[in-house]
Amino acid sequence: MVKHTLAVLVENRPGVLSHVAGLFARRGYNIESLVVGETEDQGVSRMTLVVAGDERVIEQVTKQLNKQVEVIKIQDITNEETVDRQMLLIKVSADQAARQEILQLMEIFRCRIVDIGRRSLIIEATGDEGKIEAIVQSLRPFGIKELVRTGKVSMVRGVK
Amino acid sequence: MNGAEYIVRFLEKKGVDLVFGYPGGAVLFLYDVLGRSSIQHILTRHEQGAIHAADGYARATGKTGVCLATSGPGATNLVTGIANANLDSVPILAITGQVGVESIGRDSFQEADIVGITMPITKHNYLVKELDNLPEALEEAWQVAREGRPGPVLMDIPKNVFTGTADFSEVVLSTRKHKIPFKNGLARQLGRITEVLKKAQKPLLFAGGGVVSAGAWEELEDFTKYTGIPVVTSLMGKGVIPEEEGGSLGMIGMHGKPAANLALSQCDVLLALGTRFSDRVTGNPQHFLADTCIIHVDIDPAELFKNVRVEFPVVSDAKKFLQMLLQVLREEKVSFALEPWLDQIKAWAKEYPLTFSQNSLLKPQAVMREVARQAVNQPIVVTDVGQHQMFVAQHYPVQGRRNFITSGGLGTMGFGLPAAMGAALGRPGETVILFTGDGGFQMTVQELAVMAEYQLPVKIFLINNSCLGMVRQWQELFFNGHYAHSLFTGGPDFIKLAEAYGVKAWQIRKPEETKEIVSKALQHTGPVVVECLVDAGENVLPMVPPGGKPSEMLGRWHGEAHISRLS
Repeated sequence: MVKHTLAVLVENRPGVLSHVAGLFARRGYNIESLVVGETEDQGVSRMTLVVAGDERVIEQVTKQLNKQVEVIKIQDITNEETVDRQMLLIKVSADQAARQEILQLMEIFRCRIVDIGRRSLIIEATGDEGKIEAIVQSLRPFGIKELVRTGKVSMVRGVK
Repeated sequence: MNGAEYIVRFLEKKGVDLVFGYPGGAVLFLYDVLGRSSIQHILTRHEQGAIHAADGYARATGKTGVCLATSGPGATNLVTGIANANLDSVPILAITGQVGVESIGRDSFQEADIVGITMPITKHNYLVKELDNLPEALEEAWQVAREGRPGPVLMDIPKNVFTGTADFSEVVLSTRKHKIPFKNGLARQLGRITEVLKKAQKPLLFAGGGVVSAGAWEELEDFTKYTGIPVVTSLMGKGVIPEEEGGSLGMIGMHGKPAANLALSQCDVLLALGTRFSDRVTGNPQHFLADTCIIHVDIDPAELFKNVRVEFPVVSDAKKFLQMLLQVLREEKVSFALEPWLDQIKAWAKEYPLTFSQNSLLKPQAVMREVARQAVNQPIVVTDVGQHQMFVAQHYPVQGRRNFITSGGLGTMGFGLPAAMGAALGRPGETVILFTGDGGFQMTVQELAVMAEYQLPVKIFLINNSCLGMVRQWQELFFNGHYAHSLFTGGPDFIKLAEAYGVKAWQIRKPEETKEIVSKALQHTGPVVVECLVDAGENVLPMVPPGGKPSEMLGRWHGEAHISRLS
């Protein structure tokens, strides 16, 4: 099933997240990720939703979302030229022997070390899904102690 | 002015003269104001009664039904009724009290998160935590319940918002326009639809509940008169055009009329108005009318392509669409030559009439036909849910507007009695006929008290077969007659029960008593219960088995005694 990215502008009101999330649950749609935050307009929030489904499902999702009173606008930006970012925090085992190698790897990926413990490091990274995935894979051999990542945020390129 | 006063003033300003409800701790302040206002309040005997009554009122009048309940159990007792109104797109404003804002989330006495609970079954809902937000929320809620595809809206209001005071004289209500459901391009689509209709040999119009919501009775009549295209309806669309000779072919679907279902299965163009193609109509939606060109008109874009494949999706209300389409047809002087198709349908109606077997026992269908014969003043017909509901759909020709009220989508047993009460209160002076079963009647029987109190002209025909007929029928047909917990072995004396509430009651035991007792019941002023002791083994036929095609009806054909499958 194809993953679709939807950019949804909603009124910044209490209950709006429940209304949107609840809609997905009761209609049996699967959310892969959901990120929500304020926009340049304080009264408006933007959600970036990643939904898996065929054309029929995505069309229904869009229409049902559009019926929600707080939803202002929905854009399916799956096929647009976009800048996509996720953020990753990862705590990886790093004894003296491994530390140098990890630092070199992280240089290649342009990640930042944000905490150093006696036996571990916390690494912060941002990037699109492919890059985040690659970072996680490259660190796996060292032993991942803890991992947290955000969902995807997207923005269409250019002046559109 | 305090919040409670603002709410009551608001309702008065919107022209609300009647509300249904049940007081309790969290809404005491609201009731204190309401009790001094011009608005009539009907104290039902259960909150479920209040919400179904508001539903029946809204369906019978076309106005928004208003219903009040207290926090916690009061609010949760509304849930079934809200879901019912949601599936049948009925405009309702339900106002519930909530514990004070300070107490929310502490599992306080009579606290329930009704906004969370009703989120999936309302068109929209609100928790108004601040008094300042009340005016706009009320205005928006009122608008949301009515606009586009109607539906129930719930407002949960904490106790302290009722009591808090503010200067509302300065309130400027934002007249923010909501998303308009109409899309452009209707004119272009009409041209293409006209071309399709011109070429159609066997066109069929399928009218759903959206035609009633849009109030498109006249437009539908004009359209069918001009084109001669035959009409079938869903359960929700029943009565949109008269059902006697020459009118609608009747209901399609699982228990549809044979000729209507055969017309559906054979038509080459289906013009579907204001319907959501429920599974009771389509059977298996993937195989639904594979060779038919479907034009689907609905005010809710989400209904298009939801259940069935469509060639022409049109976002419009039925009224506007029919007006515009008819205008195009008239301008182009399009004429229709549908005689072979209409003759075919007539032949089907003759070969496969809607019949029921007669024996010495009282048949529910016979009772309905007799009531229909005698009740000549276009009464409002209300049903509960189950076998009797389908018998009414098949055998009772409804006349007049907004005169058929039934729980379509949710199939809520217990809906009938309070809905009939709401309809009677909404249209004073008109007769209401309620058909109900011994199962559903007992679910909301307490509302007989209200019927008696207001002497409502509701004629209740209690079709008593001492079982849950529809469950029993499925067990007979699909579970080898294993009647697990569907047969009532005990039960009240319904005559005494009605009389205990102060309601006049009669009993029909034999077919020959029907005529006289129906006549007595219809002539009696005030509420009446007529208990009809019917043949417990009667089945609703024809029946399209679940997932079957419209033409695959089980029934008794050509006078045969056994049940067989057509085609």
